[in-house]
Order: sequence, then structure tokens, then C-alpha cells
Amino acid sequence: MQIIIDPYSWLLGLAGGLLIGLSAALLLIGSGRIAGISGIAGNLLFERGPDRGWRALFVLGLILAPLIVGWLRPELRAAAPTVNAGMIVVAGLLVGFGTRLGSGCTSGHGICGISRLSPRSLLATATFMAAGFVTVYLIRHLPGLA
Amino acid sequence: MKNLIGLLAGLLFGAGLTIGGMVQPQKVLGFLDLAGVWDPSLAFVMGGGLLVAFPAFALARRRDRPLFDLAFQIPTRNDIDKRLIVGAVLFGVGWGIAGYCPGPAIAALSALHPATLLFCVAMVAGMWLQRRLMR
Repeated sequence: MQIIIDPYSWLLGLAGGLLIGLSAALLLIGSGRIAGISGIAGNLLFERGPDRGWRALFVLGLILAPLIVGWLRPELRAAAPTVNAGMIVVAGLLVGFGTRLGSGCTSGHGICGISRLSPRSLLATATFMAAGFVTVYLIRHLPGLA
Repeated sequence: MKNLIGLLAGLLFGAGLTIGGMVQPQKVLGFLDLAGVWDPSLAFVMGGGLLVAFPAFALARRRDRPLFDLAFQIPTRNDIDKRLIVGAVLFGVGWGIAGYCPGPAIAALSALHPATLLFCVAMVAGMWLQRRLMR
């Protein structure tokens, strides 16, 4: 194992993380809601009710912000996955199905759930991280698959 | 007020994902590639997020209600069930294949890459399928 030593990238990561934490704090203290993206997106699409308004605006902000950041700093612009279309469809289906089945993703379990020391979220986060590590290992390092 | 908070929170979240490099799948896969050349940057994203969110949840526990609503809507379940584990495994595999989790995939839509749109359509189809099969 080699490690990329790039303190500037770590600083950007920390700054980005602080903003994500601030977003979760604002939504929690202001509106009493969890900043879990799979839940916000899934409920926006499939549930009726009074929470549709803020969820739609949250998603709008989520889409608009990268444009502003990317306009100021082109090197930070969003990129597309590089795997082929078939793999993208499989990955998308798994991410959509899995996050709803498991009640959360990197934000709802990973940030908010760990912050409230939820045993379900701690276990879910450990599990999807491990599954991600194993998947990348199999794709990149298993002879014959790469 | 809840709508304004929603918009602001979405903007902050999207800016954080972008600045932290989460909207670049190659960088995410570089973090998940422990056996290769490992890029630890995303651990800093998670650390930064927890640094703010942790005290916020501690504060919420000491309040009766949020500022602009009647009650907190925070999950209360503590049981570990099969759905939680199977769901997390499926999600992790998809994340490891493409390098997108839900937030970055939606945030990256603004760049109008066809592959990003395809991922999001498949992700929504997966969410829909889960609803259809599990209820």
C-alpha cells in the first residue's frame, strides 16, 4: 500500500467536510430533519406531504452549488464515472436499491447517524465502507478481472 | 422558513461535496483502493463533517424542538436487522463500481455528463424497485 501525501487535498477535504457538517447542523437545529441524501431524494420522488417543498429546494441547492464552486475553481468541477454504461446502470441500481433498503447512505448513516452514535448507523457505515473496499479490490487487483 | 433552510442546506452540502472532491468518482475510488495508491482525502471530508455534526446533535438532544418546527424527526430504531446489512452491502458494491454515492451523483448532475444522468436514472429506478418489492 502506497499513500498519496497531498496536504492541500486533505485541507480541501476538511473544508468540504466542515461545510457538509454545517449543512447537517442547519437542517437539524433549524428544521429538525436529518441531512440524509438518499432519504431526501427518495421521499421527494415517492412521498406526498408537507415536506416536499424543502426537499425539492434542498436538491436544487445540491445541484446548483457545484456549478458555482466549479465556476470559481474549474479543477473542482464534477466528473462522470469512467466505467462503461452497463456497469453504470448496475452501480446506480445497487446504490438506489441498497440505500433505501438499508435506510441511508454516506450522509444519513455516515455523518448524521455516527454523530448521534446510532448503533444501526455505525454498523451500516462499517458495512458499506467494507463492501466498497472489497469491490474496488476485486475490480482493480484481482488478476483476470482488471 | 423551512424552505429557505432546505435551500441553504442543499447549497452548503453541494459546495462541501464539490470542495471535498466527492463529485470526482476517480478520487472516491482512489480512497476505496486500499491495496493500490491510497488517497486518504475523503477521510478528511468525513472527519470535517463529524466535527460539526457531532456537537450539533449534542445540542439537539438538549432542546425540546428545532427552531422552526414543532418536533425533531430523528430515527429512533436501535435494532439490527437483515435489511440494514444487505442494503449497506449492496450500496457499498455499487459505490465501489462507479465511485458515486447518492449526494455526489445528484450534485454532479449540473455538469450535464451523460454518464452521470444515466447513473441517477438507474439510482432512482433502484429506489423505485425497492419500494415496489418491499411493501
